[in-house]
Amino acid sequence: MTTHATARKQPPEPEAGTAVICVRGLTNSFGHQVVHKDLDLDVRRGEILGVVGGSGTGKSVLMRSIIGLQQPDAGEISVFGEQTRDRGESETKDVRRRWGVLFQNGALFSTLTVAENVQVPIHEYYPAIDQRLLDEIASYKIVATGLPAESSSKYPSELSGGMRKRAGLARALALDPELLFLDEPTAGLDPIGAAAFDDLIRALKDLLGLTVFLITHDLDTLYAICDRVAVLADKKVVAVGTIPELLALDHPWIQEYFNGPRGRAAETSAEREAARKPAPASADDGGDNRGMTD
Amino acid sequence: MSPHPADFSEQDRTLRLTGQWTLAQLGTVPNRLEALDSSPERVDLSDVQRIDTVGAWLVHRLQRDHGAALEGGDEKARELIEKVGGVDKPFQSQPDQPPSFQRVLAQVGAATISAGRTLLGLLEFFGATMVAVWEVILAPRRFRGNAVIRQIEVVGIDALGIIGLMSFLIGIVIAQQGAVQLRQFGAEVFTVNLIGRLTMRELGVLMTAIMVAGRSGSAFAAQIGSMRLAEEVDAMRTIGLSPMQALVLPRVIATLIAMPLLTFYAMLVALVGGGLLCWLQLGIPPVTFVARIREVVPMTDLWGGLLKAPVFGMIIAMAGCFQGMQVEGNAEEVGLRTTAAVVQSIFLVIVLDAFFAIFYTAIGWI
Repeated sequence: MTTHATARKQPPEPEAGTAVICVRGLTNSFGHQVVHKDLDLDVRRGEILGVVGGSGTGKSVLMRSIIGLQQPDAGEISVFGEQTRDRGESETKDVRRRWGVLFQNGALFSTLTVAENVQVPIHEYYPAIDQRLLDEIASYKIVATGLPAESSSKYPSELSGGMRKRAGLARALALDPELLFLDEPTAGLDPIGAAAFDDLIRALKDLLGLTVFLITHDLDTLYAICDRVAVLADKKVVAVGTIPELLALDHPWIQEYFNGPRGRAAETSAEREAARKPAPASADDGGDNRGMTD
Repeated sequence: MSPHPADFSEQDRTLRLTGQWTLAQLGTVPNRLEALDSSPERVDLSDVQRIDTVGAWLVHRLQRDHGAALEGGDEKARELIEKVGGVDKPFQSQPDQPPSFQRVLAQVGAATISAGRTLLGLLEFFGATMVAVWEVILAPRRFRGNAVIRQIEVVGIDALGIIGLMSFLIGIVIAQQGAVQLRQFGAEVFTVNLIGRLTMRELGVLMTAIMVAGRSGSAFAAQIGSMRLAEEVDAMRTIGLSPMQALVLPRVIATLIAMPLLTFYAMLVALVGGGLLCWLQLGIPPVTFVARIREVVPMTDLWGGLLKAPVFGMIIAMAGCFQGMQVEGNAEEVGLRTTAAVVQSIFLVIVLDAFFAIFYTAIGWI
């Protein structure tokens, strides 16, 4: 396919491996407290990039800077090759509709039902779509994220934490985004729910060709679904790579993180899982998870 | 092959889909698909450039509604259509609703029940507050003096500016309106009686109560309501702290103390405002004004007004805290409960004020 004059409306199909998000020299500070200093990061098309770091290292701030909720002090951020820094919301609308964001607690609109929550972004960007199709789209998205169909008409306060996360994911996927931001998607979920959520993200990524920016503390998630892991420490990204690559590095925090008791346990369980399932990445063999992965 | 928007053509009961079948590129295609005259037997995907889940859903709908068979298309597209079809479930975006006449009846009934419950709840809350008072009397160490002082500052001292300004203006307004009306009878001098008795008996305490309800009653409801949402109140209970003692009692006591003080202050400032207008407009010098006030306003007016203040204060604080403790579910509820707190406390204050008026007349404080 070629790019041409109408490229704004019809984005070219870039090849796998090129950078979707490109952050250069990012500096963020709150008062005297510097969170990021000269931070560089690339997220490649079609990968699941896990972002880890201790509490307070600015993982969420990094995500908020990329999606434009936090104005950085300095640095350049481009998403899909477009600068997003210091540009108004209306200017970046075309980029915005190509990404979906799942906030830590779902951030569902509390006065709308789950179905209406999913319909909000679609209605905002494509008001011409009639209500019947809107309802159907909301329906399959909700069921695809593993929620029972009856939960469509429920309000967020009637859902459990895990269901709220799934509903938030359904809303993040409403516009069929190419890029998905997930802020601690498995935090607060039980291990079975967390594993099912991991499988769901992996399956959606394989099926829809998503690029995923995933903030997590969950070592199992890192081993199970992340293609690469970026480590935030000392106000910047100290290392990016696959877990074996990171393990070969001699950074005290990385060593402690992956070689601590929890890191070891996660590694063992990932190995066991790999032995049980010959192709863990495939969408077709998700054992007890629901939705798209059935 | 350059990318172009989604489209389709029909030939020999075969729909040939072309272009990008993505949400952004669909345009009017969904409506045109709905308006198809004949039902297609085959859907040809070979010229589809890109497809996302919405496009896949439209294709799935063709399969489902017309029993059309798929032709062409790459494996990814077929897999996507199959997966999307796999999550086709009966759907409802709103909770079930009964017919409208039933709804009206149900709403009237529900409103009646909730009004009754609120009244009972308030009584219960009053009882719980009294129990908390008793517990604190039995174990005085549990009394939170610092919290009470802090609340007195917020409810009382921080309100001095706005209540002073409001009372000053009220004094001016009464004096001005009174002077205009009484001039018709040549009885301008009675303006002083009007200002003195009205502010002491009614307006001083009533306006203060309304202002405190709006400032502090609402704040109590919102604070405690947010704490309920954040499970702070539950956390207190599990630790063994009584929310009644830790949250409600300091606020009630503080309002109880602050209200009479604020009321007295409001009365004085209103007199100053009225006196100023009398001086400027009617030529009554301040000395004469004060002397006249002492002459025409009986002390019972002052006691009557000040006696109401702690009662009103208690009602305001209790309504605010009660509504705050009722918050459940979502952020919208905090707003609703805050409104309810203000409306209820002002309503109850005015109802009680009427009772006080009858009571004072009965005991001869006229």
